[in-house]
Amino acid sequence: METNKTKEALFSKKNRKLLSDPMNINNPITVQVLGICSALAITVKLKPAVVMSLSVIVVMALANVITSLMRNMIPNRIRIIVQLVVVATLVILVDQVLKAFVYDVSKQLSVFVGLIITNCIIMGRIEAFSLGNTPWKSFLDGIGNGASYGLILIVVSFFRELFGNGTLYDYPIIEKLGLYELGYHNNGMMLLPPMALIVVAVIIWWQRSKTPSLIEKD
Amino acid sequence: MLIDCSMNINSNSYTYFFAIAMVIVVASLLSIAATSLKPFQEKNIELEKKSDILSSIGVIGEDPELLFDEYITDQLVIQNGLVVSSEITAFDIDLEEAVKESNSSRKVPLFKAQKNGDTFYVIPMRGTGLWGPIWGYVSLKGDGNTILGASFDHEKETPGLGAEISTPIFEDQFPDKILFSSLRDGIEVRKGDASGYQQVDGISGGTITSVGVQTMFEDCLIPYKSFLLNLSIENDNPSDSTISVIYH
Repeated sequence: METNKTKEALFSKKNRKLLSDPMNINNPITVQVLGICSALAITVKLKPAVVMSLSVIVVMALANVITSLMRNMIPNRIRIIVQLVVVATLVILVDQVLKAFVYDVSKQLSVFVGLIITNCIIMGRIEAFSLGNTPWKSFLDGIGNGASYGLILIVVSFFRELFGNGTLYDYPIIEKLGLYELGYHNNGMMLLPPMALIVVAVIIWWQRSKTPSLIEKD
Repeated sequence: MLIDCSMNINSNSYTYFFAIAMVIVVASLLSIAATSLKPFQEKNIELEKKSDILSSIGVIGEDPELLFDEYITDQLVIQNGLVVSSEITAFDIDLEEAVKESNSSRKVPLFKAQKNGDTFYVIPMRGTGLWGPIWGYVSLKGDGNTILGASFDHEKETPGLGAEISTPIFEDQFPDKILFSSLRDGIEVRKGDASGYQQVDGISGGTITSVGVQTMFEDCLIPYKSFLLNLSIENDNPSDSTISVIYH
C-alpha cells in the first residue's frame, strides 16, 4: 500500500511542525492545559522533573508508535481500554527496568513513574493523533509533546527550586553567592503546590502576550 | 492486513478475541519481565540495605558487600530487651512484618559494628510517612544512648518536602543527640528551635513525615530499650557528660 504513494520525506515541513507546534501554539500544559496534576507534584526540584520528563518522552513516543501500528486492528468500542493497557504496560516495564539496572534513579522517581499512566497528555495524544496517523508521524508527535511537557516542567521546577530551596540541581547556588549573609531568605511557599500553578499561569500569561494567535477574540 | 480482510474489526466476536489476545500477550510479557528482572532487583535492595547500615556508622565505599563483612562484627536478634536465638538471621528479618507485631513480641535485628577499635550499635527502624513507609538506621555509640549518626529513607514521600528526611540537612541534626532520658524515649521532631538533647528541627511542608519520624523512634526503640540501658549502666564512664546530667 505504502509503496504506491509518493513517499513523504522523514523531516518534511509537516513532520517538523509535529515537533515544533507543541513547543508553542499547541503546548500540552500551557495551551491544552493537560498534565497539570503532575506539573504540580514533581516541580519542587529540578532533578525529579528532568527524570520525569525523560520517562514521559520515552513512554509517550513508544505508546504512540505501538497504538499507531495497531490502529487498524483495534476494535473501536474498546479502544480506550486498549490505549490504557498499552500505556500501563510500558510504564510498568520502564519501572521494572529502572529498578533492576538504575536503582538510584528509580528511587528518585518513586511514585511518579506510576503517575505517568494517569498523565492526560499521553492518553490525549494517543486518542487524538496516533489512532489516525502513521507510526513515524505518531513517533514525532510523541517526542514533540513529551519534550514540550518536559520543557514547562523544567522551567517551573527551576524557579521553584531556586527560590524555594536556594539550590539548582541540588547545587547550593544561593549559599555560594553569599546572599544569605545579606539577609536573603528562601521562600518556603514556592515549595507548596499552589506556587506551581501560579508559575504555570505566569508562563501562560507571558506566552500569550508574545503569541497573538493564542489570544481569544471577544 | 490479514485481520482486515478476514474479519470485521467492530464485530462482537472480534472485539472479544482482541481483548483476550491482548490480555494474554500483556500478562505474559509482564510476568516474563518481572521474573527475569527480580534477581537484579533483590540484589539492589540487599546492597542498599548493607550500604545504609554502613553509612549510619559513617562508612561509605564502593563495595558495600565487602565493607559489610569487614565492619559488622555481630548481628543480634532482640526481643523485649533480650538477645534471643532465631531461625532467621538478623539481616534477613523483614522489618515491615516485624513492626506489625506488638512491641513486646516482635523480634528485631541489632547490628554490632567495630570501627577504629570502638564499638557501635546500629538499630534499623521502620514507620509511616505521609504517602507510604519510611525507614532508617540509627547508630549508637558504645554507651547505647548517644547517637553517632542516622540515615533515613522513604518510598514515596514528596520530593522537596517529606522526602527531605533523607538529606543531610535533616540527618546531620542527629549526631550527639540522645535516645533515652527521664523526660522521654526517642527524639522529638519539632518546629523551630531544637537545641535540646532530644530534639531536632522538622521539615517545612513535611510535617506529617516529620511527625512520622518521631513516632517511628518511639515505636521502634521499645524492644531495644532495656538492652540499650544495660549497655549504658555497664559503661562506667559515659562518653558524654550530658547523659549523667539528664539521668541524675
